[in-house]
Amino acid sequence: MDISGVNTGIVLDHIQPGKSLKIYELLHLDKVDCTVAVIQNASSTKYGAKDIIKIDGKIDLNFDVLGYIDPNITVNIVEDGKLVKKVHMSVPETLTNVLTCKNPRCITSCEQGIDQIFHLVDPEKKVYRCAYCDAEYKRED
Amino acid sequence: MINKYGQRSIINITDLSVEEIDHLIEVADDIVANPTEYQDICAHKKLATLFFEPSTRTRLSFTSAMMELGGNVLGFDDAGSSSATKGESVADTTIMVGCYADIIAMRHPKEGAPLVAAQKTRVPIINAGDGGHFHPTQTLTDLLTIHRKKGEFGNFTIGFCGDLKFGRTVHSLITALLRYDNIKFVLISPPELKLPDYMKEIMREQGVGFEEYERLEDAMPSLDILYMTRVQKERFFNEEDYIRLRDSYILTLDKLKPAKEDMIIMHPLPRVNEIAIEVDDDPRACYFFQALCGKHIRMALILYLLGLK
Repeated sequence: MDISGVNTGIVLDHIQPGKSLKIYELLHLDKVDCTVAVIQNASSTKYGAKDIIKIDGKIDLNFDVLGYIDPNITVNIVEDGKLVKKVHMSVPETLTNVLTCKNPRCITSCEQGIDQIFHLVDPEKKVYRCAYCDAEYKRED
Repeated sequence: MINKYGQRSIINITDLSVEEIDHLIEVADDIVANPTEYQDICAHKKLATLFFEPSTRTRLSFTSAMMELGGNVLGFDDAGSSSATKGESVADTTIMVGCYADIIAMRHPKEGAPLVAAQKTRVPIINAGDGGHFHPTQTLTDLLTIHRKKGEFGNFTIGFCGDLKFGRTVHSLITALLRYDNIKFVLISPPELKLPDYMKEIMREQGVGFEEYERLEDAMPSLDILYMTRVQKERFFNEEDYIRLRDSYILTLDKLKPAKEDMIIMHPLPRVNEIAIEVDDDPRACYFFQALCGKHIRMALILYLLGLK
């Protein structure tokens, strides 16, 4: 794993090509006060091609976002220029403030200050259900 | 559902176990057998009925239930007369009302609103209907009616007729009955209002048999229970679809001819024209009896959630 450019921080590896910008947006990486590099369509011996995000700083990551967008992502924790930990994602059981319920009859469409919560109901098809109205959402590949 | 304060609320029928439902039915029957034992049991307790959309039966049933238990009732029956018109959130309204009442029955047009309320308050919330989503006390009402008329949950064929797509009472009652054995389901609806696939999938997964019909007459001879529903205008975005489908099934004495003598006819009410008035005097009609059962089971539920029975 190439961690060059990151002294102490995080490298998100094996992102499905084209999904890095979505992750950048959902993790609010535009708001962090450290260097962030997005590498698209890098060559991968494992998958052929991949995206990579390098974050040169310590931040709290929302693993649910990563697991939901792409459970094949590897999170590499870097300290003092050395890879100290690899974390593999899985499809999360619950998503909080990752999806937005599109059912106009759902209370989340008008109530202020409540979290958007979805529970996984079909791990195989990656189907989630809104905790409030039970509307179903299938993860787009 | 139990919130962070340890407070129990009833949002969906599945929040109650089969054993708890058995207990509520026992209490409801005891209320009829020994009414004087219950007439002051809720003295000095207050039920708040927060009805953010109009309701006649459910609100009056809750009100009557609490009054028969010797308790008091406060609340509103229209969002227009509540602080919701000023933009107050469901959470804030409920927390505030929780300071004034011991238990809350809430109806709201938005699905999930009672769950939001239940997460925030220190008093029990009873979902009295959230849009087209859940209506657990209607299901309890239906279960009590079936138990009183049939004596058990099992060994019968129940037919659901009308709007099986949007009908929350149908989905909820099927969900509740799937927890019992030896019940056969018959689904009677026009193609546009068929039971959603996910409900059928649940039935298949549980190995529960069901048949689908488009003509009520074809299904009638096999039924022990006929559950009629209304095609509800408020569930349609398109008025044309509503008008086209609203008169799909109308139950008349003539259509009842092939039915069993001891079949029972249920309906969550209000009916519009789906059951002809002439059917009301047929001994198999029990939809008004169902309304009476609704009061008894709500009395039992209030007592249970208040820890009084």
